[in-house]
Amino acid sequence: MIHHELVIVGGGPAGLAAALGAYEEGLRDILILEREDQLGGILNQCIHNGFGLHTFKEELTGPEYASRFIREVLERKIPYKLGATVIDVSKDKVVTAVSQEDGLLLIQADAIVLACGCRERPRGAINIAGSRCAGIYSAGTAQKLVNIDGLKVGNEVVILGSGDIGLIMARRMTFEGAKVKAVLELMPYSSGLNRNIVQCLNDFDIPLYFSHTVVRIHGKDRVEGVTVAKVDDHLSPMMDTAFEIPCDTLLLSVGLLPENELARGCGVELSRVTSGAIVDENMMTSLEGVFECGNVLHVHDLVDFVSEEARNAGRSAARYLHKEISSDAEEIEIKTSGGIRYSVPQKILRNGDFSPIQFKMRVNNVYKNVEIVLLVDGEPVARKIKQIVTPGEMETLLAKEESVRRIKEGKEVEIALRRRG
Amino acid sequence: MRELICICCPLGCHIKVDDSDMADLKVSGNSCPRGAKYAKDEVTCPKRVVTSICPVEGGEIQMVSCKTKDSVEKRLIFDVLREIRGKRLLAPVHEGDVIVPDVMGTGVDVVATKTVLRRNDG
Repeated sequence: MIHHELVIVGGGPAGLAAALGAYEEGLRDILILEREDQLGGILNQCIHNGFGLHTFKEELTGPEYASRFIREVLERKIPYKLGATVIDVSKDKVVTAVSQEDGLLLIQADAIVLACGCRERPRGAINIAGSRCAGIYSAGTAQKLVNIDGLKVGNEVVILGSGDIGLIMARRMTFEGAKVKAVLELMPYSSGLNRNIVQCLNDFDIPLYFSHTVVRIHGKDRVEGVTVAKVDDHLSPMMDTAFEIPCDTLLLSVGLLPENELARGCGVELSRVTSGAIVDENMMTSLEGVFECGNVLHVHDLVDFVSEEARNAGRSAARYLHKEISSDAEEIEIKTSGGIRYSVPQKILRNGDFSPIQFKMRVNNVYKNVEIVLLVDGEPVARKIKQIVTPGEMETLLAKEESVRRIKEGKEVEIALRRRG
Repeated sequence: MRELICICCPLGCHIKVDDSDMADLKVSGNSCPRGAKYAKDEVTCPKRVVTSICPVEGGEIQMVSCKTKDSVEKRLIFDVLREIRGKRLLAPVHEGDVIVPDVMGTGVDVVATKTVLRRNDG
């Protein structure tokens, strides 16, 4: 068994930023484990632009955004292994990985950052009737087949789900010569960005049907069409509204799930809302010395936020190894109310560290003219006014030093959404 | 009359532009000045950055991703894509390499957005 002070699981945007964060805190014994043949994660196949506006004040494509971080990791000579899949993390921080080069690899770590991202919700999770014919892909799989492997996925396409990946793929497929016949969204609103609805659908006259879903897939060897129906207020299909769309391809963009098998395996406490770990302000999970960040913690919409969060997690891991922080303190639960589904971090440690804390959260519906308020024992200590909040856009609220002091000296802490006016 | 959804912020205002007089566009439905500018630009000369892929021979992967270095007129999107698809590249290709110079006479280059090394180049 080999030993490393810090093992980072995942070499995507989160893992790379975590490594840089740890390096900045003076840590050198770092190992990144990446299961693909290159660093950069999902960004490698996200060839569209719009990444990095917050961080670099310019619009980069996914590969360009990734290469800035990869370059920094290479310059600092931070070690990494490619083609190495982590299959287990134990309670005492033994990381088990498999790779063609090393076979079975056992690493004793002193700290671990889980940065393994998320995966797409598959067909099986949404129960659509029909045979298991060819031509059904998750949107991200189609994206990889087209953008990396240069394969043609289909000619006549229906996309279920109007999340950003579905929208982006509508444009990509159109660019590749396919006809995208419709994008269907179960909800009465899209979880994708307006910008993508305009530039990926409207630009090419691709119809978007809200409150519609696929009730049946036709075809035996290959998809021949789908039956689509409008759904009622309870999201149940109304069969009298059903109609058929002939197509040879169905793309599913029906949500992302944090990939938390490793965390579950070592007994890390998970949130039922985010499906990621429950973490404190240092991004430390319930297992001392194990940290989470990026899409494995909660699904982000902007990679900039992933990088920022992961850098903090990496810094925290280094500070933990340098014995500057610990989880040895009373935990204050952060409650949420008024339409806020969750906050990350979910808990704060009652100690003397009053460094600013960035809370990230999502709402459960579209609300206009609201304020996000951080309350300590009923008293507001931080607030943010928003003209609109939507489930598709992560919100943030910064608690500055004075507010953090009040949180840590208070009893009840809550983040609430309140109507204004 | 043109109807647009503003993309400047999550509000997504539904903006109407009265384009009966192109010299004097009347914008309504916007909540802020950014929306008015967006709507006028969209009606007079909409532009987009085009991103796509181009085949590479002998590379560690089959395709290199690319983009127009600046935005180009929206009506040229499919011409730009055709120009890109007509190219045959040989690995290695480096991020920033020009794939199509001055695409469609726009003065904008199409450049590679990732590095594709030769197979077994390490």
